[in-house]
Amino acid sequence: MTPPATLPAIDVHDLTVAYRDKPALWDIDLTVPPGVLAAVVGPNGAGKTTLIKAMLGLIRPVSGRVLIHGQPYAANKQAVAYVPQRNSVDWEFPTTVSDAVLMGTYGSIGWFHRPGLRQKEATRDALAQVGMTEFAARQISQLSGGQQQRVFLARALVQQAPVYVMDEPFQGVDAPTELAIVDLLRGLRAGGRTVLVVHHDLSTVPEYFDHVTLLNVRKVASGPVAETFTDANLKATYGDRVRVEIARG
Amino acid sequence: MPIEVSLAVLLAAAAAACAVPGVFLVLRRLALVSDAISHVLLFGIVAAFLLTRDLASPWLFVGAAASGVLTVALVEALQRTRLVREDAAIGLVFPALFSLGAILLRLYVPPGVHLDVDQVLLGTPEIATLNTLTVGGFAMPAGAVLLAGLFVLNAGLVAVFYKELKLGTFDAGLAAVFGFAPAVLHYGLMTAVSLTAVAAFDAVGPVLVVALFVVPPAAAYLLTDRLSVMLALSVGIGVAGAIVGVWVAVWLDANVAGTVATALGVLFAATFVFAPRRGLAAAAVMRWRRKRRFHETMLAIHLTQHEGTPQEEDESRLAGLHRHLGWLPHEAAAVATRAERRGLVVRRGERLHLTPEGRTAAGEALG
Repeated sequence: MTPPATLPAIDVHDLTVAYRDKPALWDIDLTVPPGVLAAVVGPNGAGKTTLIKAMLGLIRPVSGRVLIHGQPYAANKQAVAYVPQRNSVDWEFPTTVSDAVLMGTYGSIGWFHRPGLRQKEATRDALAQVGMTEFAARQISQLSGGQQQRVFLARALVQQAPVYVMDEPFQGVDAPTELAIVDLLRGLRAGGRTVLVVHHDLSTVPEYFDHVTLLNVRKVASGPVAETFTDANLKATYGDRVRVEIARG
Repeated sequence: MPIEVSLAVLLAAAAAACAVPGVFLVLRRLALVSDAISHVLLFGIVAAFLLTRDLASPWLFVGAAASGVLTVALVEALQRTRLVREDAAIGLVFPALFSLGAILLRLYVPPGVHLDVDQVLLGTPEIATLNTLTVGGFAMPAGAVLLAGLFVLNAGLVAVFYKELKLGTFDAGLAAVFGFAPAVLHYGLMTAVSLTAVAAFDAVGPVLVVALFVVPPAAAYLLTDRLSVMLALSVGIGVAGAIVGVWVAVWLDANVAGTVATALGVLFAATFVFAPRRGLAAAAVMRWRRKRRFHETMLAIHLTQHEGTPQEEDESRLAGLHRHLGWLPHEAAAVATRAERRGLVVRRGERLHLTPEGRTAAGEALG
C-alpha cells in the first residue's frame, strides 16, 4: 500500500486533553510528513505520552481529530503500529518471546481467528530483524531491558503498518541496543514508513531524527530538526537551564 | 451415590469451574475482586428474594450474579475518580454491600425462610449434596451438575476468546488499539466469575470460593511459562485439592470446605517450595551449584594469576592452597578434586597444574 505522498502521514488537529478541568494538552496541531523519523520532546509532565495515547484513542480527548495519510484514524486503525512504554506491561506474564511478538499480528487477524503460518513466518522475520532469533522460545521474564524493548519493536514490525508510534523506545536500554533500534528506525524510513517517537535524550535528537516537535502542554514548535531544534525554542519549552545541559552533553 | 462420592464430584466441579476464570483474575491482579464478589452475593440473593418472595426462583441466581458485576462496576467507578485506590475501593464496596444484605435479611426476610448469614459465610456442602438430579442414570448433586455446566461454559468462552483474553490481559492498550474492546472482555470475565461464584457459593461458601479462584492458578503460575498450560494445570490442581480435601474430611469427620481449602493450601505450599525452576528449593539448589562452580573457577583464576611467576611453585601447592585462598583445608581439597573432575586442573605430585580448559575458563570468567 503506497499512500499518496502529498498528504501528511500524521495530521493532528486541535487536540485537547484534560484531566478533570486541568488541560494536559492544549489545542495541539501537528503535521508529520511521510517518510521521516519524527521526535516528540518536552519536559516531564509535558503530555508526550498523553499525546500518543489521545492520538490512538486510548484516552478520550476533549476535542480534536487525527488523520493518518488523510484518513480518519478511527476508520483506519491498522495503519498505525503502537509501541507502548516497556514498563506498561507485566513481563512475568506466562508467555514466550515468539508468542509475545505473534500478538502483534492479532489486529490484522481480527476476532475469533487464530494466527496461522503467515503470521508465524512474519514473527520469525521480525525476531531476526531485531536480533532475537535465539531467544524465541525463552520466557519473557528472563529478558534484559534492552531485549524486552526489542521484543516490543518486533511486535510492532509484524503489524506492517505505514506509520509507527513509539513511546520512549530508548528508555533504559544499553548502548548496543540503542544503536540497533536506531538502525531499525532508519530501515523503516528507507522503506517509506513514518515513525513518531517520544524521546527523552535531547543530545541525540539532531543525529537520530529529521523532524522534531517541542511540547509543553502546548506545542512550542514543530518542523524539520535543522530549523526547529533551536536554542530559542528549547528555552521556550524547558526554561532557561536546558541550553547548558545540552552544551555539557 | 455414597455421600463422599457426591461431595467429591460437587467440589471437583466447583474447583474446575472456578480455576478457569481464576487464571485471568490472578494474571490481572484481581484476586481480591473474587473475594469482594463472593461476599456481595448475599446482597444480590436477598434483594432478588425480596422482589420475588420465592426462595426457589431462578431470579435469585441472576440477582446474585448481577450483584457481583455491580460490585466490579462500583469499584471501578470509585477508582476512576482518582480519589481512591483500587484496594481501598474494594474494601469500601464489599463490606457496604455485604452489610446491606445482612440488614435487609434481618429486617425483611421472615425467620422461617431458609437463608442465614452463617450458612452464607461457611457454605454447607453436606446440604448441597442432598438436592439431586438424575443424569444418565446416576443421581448427582444438582449443584455439581450446574457447576460442571459452568466449567464447560467457562472453558468454552476461554477457548473462543483465547487470543483476545490473552492480549487484553498482557497489554490492554494494544488490545484496545486492535479494536478488541478490553472493557467488554473485562466485564464478560467478571460476569463469568460472578455466575461461577454464585453456583459454587451454595456448596462451598465465599471463603472457599476465593481459595478455588485464586490458589490453583497461583500454583499453576509457578509451574509453567505458557498460558494454555497454566489453564490446564490450574484445573488439575483445583480438582486434585477438592478430591484430597473431601477424602480428609470424611476421614477426620471435619468441615469439607475447611479441608478442601487446607488441601489446596498444602498443594500450593508444595509447589512454592518444589516447583522446578521457580520454587524455593530449585532456586536454592541453583545458588548452591553456582557457588560451587564459582569456587572451581576461582581456583583456576588463582593458578592463572601466578602461572610463570617465581611464586608459582608455592601458590600451586595443594597443601598450601587453603592458606592462599582463605578457605578451610578440607574445602580447598574438595574444590581441587571437583576442579580436577571438571578438567580445569591436573594433579602432579604435590602441585596443581592448569589444563588448557582451565586457562580458558579463567580467561572467560575474568572477561
